[in-house]
Amino acid sequence: MMLDYQQLSVDIAGIKMKTPVMTGSGTFGFGVEYADYVDLNSVGAVVVKGTTLQPRAGNRGQRIAETPAGMLNCIGLENPGVEEFIGNILPQINRYDVPVIVNIAGNTVEEYGQLAKLLNVPGVAGIELNISCPNVKQGGLAFGTCPDSAATVVEIVKKNTHLPVIAKLSPNVTDIVAMAAAVEQAGADAISLINTLIGMAIDIHSWRPVLGNVIGGLSGPAIKPVAVRMVWQVAKAVKIPVIGMGGIMTAEDAVEFLLAGASAVAVGTANFVNPGTATEIAQGISDYLTKRGITQVGQIVGKVQTE
Amino acid sequence: MPKQHVQAKVVQHIAYNEDVRAITLFAPSLVRDSQPGQFIHVRVTEQYHPLLRRPISICDIDHEQQTMTLVYRIIGEGTRLLAAVEPGGLLDCMGPLGNGFILQGNRPLLVGGGMGVAPLVYLARMLCPQPVEVLLGARSKQEMFWPELFAAVCKNIHITTDDGSLGTRGNTIDVLPQLIQTGNYDMIYTCGPNPMMRGVVEQAQKYDIPCQISLEKHMACGVGACLSCTCGASDGKRRKVCTDGPVFWAGEVTEW
Ligand SMILES: Cc1cc2nc3c(=O)[nH]c(=O)nc-3n(C[C@H](O)[C@H](O)[C@H](O)COP(=O)(O)OP(=O)(O)OC[C@H]3O[C@@H](n4cnc5c(N)ncnc54)[C@H](O)[C@@H]3O)c2cc1C
Ligand SMILES: Cc1cc2nc3c(=O)[nH]c(=O)nc-3n(C[C@H](O)[C@H](O)[C@H](O)COP(=O)(O)O)c2cc1C
Ligand code: FES
Repeated sequence: MMLDYQQLSVDIAGIKMKTPVMTGSGTFGFGVEYADYVDLNSVGAVVVKGTTLQPRAGNRGQRIAETPAGMLNCIGLENPGVEEFIGNILPQINRYDVPVIVNIAGNTVEEYGQLAKLLNVPGVAGIELNISCPNVKQGGLAFGTCPDSAATVVEIVKKNTHLPVIAKLSPNVTDIVAMAAAVEQAGADAISLINTLIGMAIDIHSWRPVLGNVIGGLSGPAIKPVAVRMVWQVAKAVKIPVIGMGGIMTAEDAVEFLLAGASAVAVGTANFVNPGTATEIAQGISDYLTKRGITQVGQIVGKVQTE
Repeated sequence: MPKQHVQAKVVQHIAYNEDVRAITLFAPSLVRDSQPGQFIHVRVTEQYHPLLRRPISICDIDHEQQTMTLVYRIIGEGTRLLAAVEPGGLLDCMGPLGNGFILQGNRPLLVGGGMGVAPLVYLARMLCPQPVEVLLGARSKQEMFWPELFAAVCKNIHITTDDGSLGTRGNTIDVLPQLIQTGNYDMIYTCGPNPMMRGVVEQAQKYDIPCQISLEKHMACGVGACLSCTCGASDGKRRKVCTDGPVFWAGEVTEW
């Protein structure tokens, strides 16, 4: 696929991407798993699976369930740990010409700081904060559901890294704009949203939850309207760039997010359905722009007219 | 060899019984590198529901015709949609995925139950001309459509049915010890319901015969990216059923 990088390139807080189409954390492995199916050099950026200080085994029992136009997951942050990531996995992704953004998750504020410090290595283009994890010291309430703790995480990470820091917001809040304002004020360089919506499915034959973890995160086309609404609200309220995601399957979906105010988008669950989605969407965006005589993708960002 | 994502042409689609179908695909690029025990990740609709692909084992391959057959049971919406695909149509396939069986030993025994028999057909074909013996279990005669698939490639076919309508009444585990004692096997391959495979592994270990098992887990990506399908292993690390498996050595994995 020959993409028009002049038309498609974006700069998100200093991270230069050839296309505005990234891959969502946890849905694209470490990128290399998809190398047979998609030209990784033509992906905007690869955001790797949530990485923790120590290796994690994840949740027991069934980890996914299909729901109408979507899926629930409760992987439970299974990952090999930051040391293994830096030592053995990062060099494999760095063989490709694509920015690598590391999604990090901690049990405590301090762990986010330590992770950020350890990731100050060549080959990492940015840090994305998964703040949808439970804060162990605060009774397990997710960092991302309280503006103060979200801001604290951003502050400590900023102190420990020179890399661009992207705060990834959870949609499981009453006021998404308050969360966005808090992380912007704390120094976040960009915002990504949305993470999964918490859901549940019940097996009516066994009277048991379908997921081993009882509840899990909903993703896929079912959540797209919620995501578009939140991106629109947040993009209006902050000055830093917004990365939009949630149910993007096609170029038309991606354009909707760009018009809502996202400067880049990420493809998640769609990778499971069609492994070529990320580059096919980039081509589709290009076709959309060309048809309208638009020379640079940035020109449509936030252009939805609501008046 | 790189994994393929192709639109395979459906050349035949037949019913084995009320709810089991065999779909045959013309797919040179899938056929070329497929190993017994690997699977195909099939997209059953272009709509958004059901969203995810369906993993189905490679049941048999005809290298001359460059065709591959998948045999599946209709159990829900996904397989119902698959059953509606007509010959001449295209099927969106990723594959061949996973690590298949390791062909090793001179006296193999294949033990299959339910739809788990499917991958053993191609395995038996690839083991030929070794003297392959199979032990097959099913609920009843209506579910035992496998013998003719094995006929050309097997020395002995042993059959059990729960209701005794064909072969020995009972299940595979009831007759396994007797087979092992007389068969002098040096490798056992098994695929089927977990309780059956546990019974097979127990017997294999008792008689000190190496054994390979094939696992099923719910899968999203099928390529090792999403971690939906992992299980614990005896070395303390984790294994992905979709890429490290679905075939493992008995004893290699702990959570199944
Ligand atoms: C490696 C592998 C090989 C397989 N080979 C075969 C085969 O050769 N023949 C065959 O008939 N079946 C096989 N299966 C099982 C087959 O994937 C399921 O029967 C099928 O996905 C059911 O889809 P459905 O929509 O009809 O059923 P539903 O029950 O409606 O499916 C709901 C969800 O659960 C998943 N699911 C349901 N049952 C299973 C299962 N046993 N394993 C994994 N996921 C499941 C579905 O993919 C779907 O996401 C295999 C499974 C795996 C993992
Ligand atoms: C299986 C799976 C695993 C995920 N893992 C992570 C993760 O580790 N960290 C994270 O921040 N988001 C994770 N996500 C959320 C996605 O990155 C994305 O925000 C969400 O799925 C919405 O996008 P989508 O509808 O396009 O999938 C995961 C999603 C899925 C489906
Ligand atoms: S199905 Fe995604 S890792 Fe195995």
